Amino acid sequence: MNGKSEITEKYLDLYKDNITKISGVSSPFINSFRAPALKKFSELGIPSKKDEAYKYTNLNVFFDHDYESYFMPLPSDFAEAEKFRCEVTNLDTHGIVLLNGFYPTVNEKLRQLPSGVWIGSLSEAAVRFKDIFEKHFGKYARSETDGLVHLNTAMASDGVFVYIPEGVTLNKPVQVVNLVQAGNDIFNQHRNLIIAEKNSNFSIIICDHTLSPQKFLTNSVTEIFVGENAHFDIIRVQNEHNNACKITNTFIHQEKNSVTSSNNITLHGGLIRNSTYHYLGGEGAESYSYGLFLADKWQHIDNFVNVDHAFPHCTSNQLFKGVLDDMSTGAFNGRILVRQDAQGTLAYQRNNNILLTDDAKMDSKPQLEIYADDVKCSHGATVGQLNDDALFYLQSRGINKREAKLMLMFGFAHEVIQNIKIEPLRERMDNLVMQRLKGELSRCASCMVKCG
Amino acid sequence: MLIINNLKASIGGKSILKGISLEVKPGEIHAIMGPNGSGKSTLAAVLAGREFVEVTEGTVTYFGKNLLEMAAEDRAKEGIFLGFQYPIEIPGVSMVNFMKTAVNEHRKHKGLDPLSASDFLKLMRDKKELVEIDSKLANRSVNEGFSGGEKKKNEIFQMAMLDPKLAILDETDSGLDIDALRIVANGVNKLKHPDNSFIVITHYQRLLDYIIPDVVHVLYDGRIVKTAGKELALELEEKGYDWIKKEIENNVEA
Repeated sequence: MNGKSEITEKYLDLYKDNITKISGVSSPFINSFRAPALKKFSELGIPSKKDEAYKYTNLNVFFDHDYESYFMPLPSDFAEAEKFRCEVTNLDTHGIVLLNGFYPTVNEKLRQLPSGVWIGSLSEAAVRFKDIFEKHFGKYARSETDGLVHLNTAMASDGVFVYIPEGVTLNKPVQVVNLVQAGNDIFNQHRNLIIAEKNSNFSIIICDHTLSPQKFLTNSVTEIFVGENAHFDIIRVQNEHNNACKITNTFIHQEKNSVTSSNNITLHGGLIRNSTYHYLGGEGAESYSYGLFLADKWQHIDNFVNVDHAFPHCTSNQLFKGVLDDMSTGAFNGRILVRQDAQGTLAYQRNNNILLTDDAKMDSKPQLEIYADDVKCSHGATVGQLNDDALFYLQSRGINKREAKLMLMFGFAHEVIQNIKIEPLRERMDNLVMQRLKGELSRCASCMVKCG
Repeated sequence: MLIINNLKASIGGKSILKGISLEVKPGEIHAIMGPNGSGKSTLAAVLAGREFVEVTEGTVTYFGKNLLEMAAEDRAKEGIFLGFQYPIEIPGVSMVNFMKTAVNEHRKHKGLDPLSASDFLKLMRDKKELVEIDSKLANRSVNEGFSGGEKKKNEIFQMAMLDPKLAILDETDSGLDIDALRIVANGVNKLKHPDNSFIVITHYQRLLDYIIPDVVHVLYDGRIVKTAGKELALELEEKGYDWIKKEIENNVEA
């Protein structure tokens, strides 16, 4: 026994069998990260319930499965992806579609928007914007504990690249639609790099969809650099079928006086794990981390948040909520680390969950590590049923119990949704959440998969 | 309109109401006074349909129907309104959505179509003016972040929106400064008409300077121990509750 699990061995083999193919389509710089990352992955392995950060999430059912290798998409695959249109009314965005983690070859691989903004393929950007790329790629996605981050670095070859130059405000959000669609079960990994230079201002929407009913496993890593005094929002909307597993690892690096918000809205998905790392790497930075999930049947949704206060006078706020129906399960891990130098830190965390049945289960784990003296920190977690007093208050005005419950659940969810600043998206999310709570299907209209 | 006969109720096995009888006729204002812990709020809770209060004996008849068999929401739609002593904050539920749902449930019950968006907003505007509530409050989540006074004014606003036949105001005056008290009382007086009735539960007499009751009851230890005209309130204000307690204790001893 060498201590590695069989599952881990399987992914080490996958690397060995395909590394030539993967390296062939990537820049030497990206390739230079692969061998060290594989070594790290080999040490850490596929996370199991023995890992503290994955204590409540069992990945085996998705990782211990034979997927078709998918390292180079065919042009015919993209024909389908090109047909995809986001149907959110009045949502005007700069759109990008990723199919199974790859940027379509059909059009230009990088697009220039006004004011020197570039969006497009990560693999292409590694060559065309070598200097900028090499300054940031691989700098923020660091984990001493999570093997999946390293597995991604070892094998991912494409994804989204977004570059906003200094001082530029992009009025329309960038929207990335991640589509998964294949004739066989597939495992895919993609890698995104988002660079918001000093004094820039923009937001990005990432939508995760599954378009065919096969079993899917996605392991993605997104690195985000937010320069001094920049404003950046990321909103992720997840709507996948029950046979899909989505793992997202988002690393947000903030410089001085920058402000970011992250909002993960999980409407539907078999197994979802969102790890969001906020690094407050300069004085006066502010970070807001929100999350909402609605789970039913056997779904499992896990949000892991790590907020690292490394400099003085930074503010962070976490608000994560979950509504769990049937026998669904959920987990929340929220870590706040206040380093010794981070005096004057304000750090808040709240996690509230509603269990609608006796079989649903939620594990909530706050973790505060504080090494500075002048710090204001608070955290609170609740797992419970709907508030009886509030329910009665609504009923006492003539609203029937079923409707009153729905209103309370909607209100509960809206507290997270209301932080989405893009109005058409916020309204759409409210509608989808309402439909989901009513038990109607909340999939976006163009989704062909009959979820549930 | 409302006939309560020998009502006994308990909470968690503890007997709170020990045989209350009371009749409210259309157009009447009844004040229920009494020291803390006498059962005033429990009586309000029973009438509004809270499930944690267990009725052990007695009957409550409302327009000829057995009120105790009706769900809370049905009582509301039949015209009963409870003004809460401690209104509940409901983050994420907007006042507009809350009131629109409630008003339309009431209309459905009466066989009417839902109000159009513009008619509803007009109704909101009219009632806001009537009860002198700050316009901005209606744009917020239900009671969220409201001051004590704002919460109570919001109860009166909701009452105005729903136009009840029988309004039970549970210590609506507690925690109010004199201006807020006046606004609440004015709201009640403006909404008063010959067919609707009020049960005003209060600890202090001062609300009754503004809302003139037809009947005053004193509730003590789960029973109505005294019933008289509005002058009783003044007497209580002057002498406190001790003389009533003494009177009762003397009666028991005798």
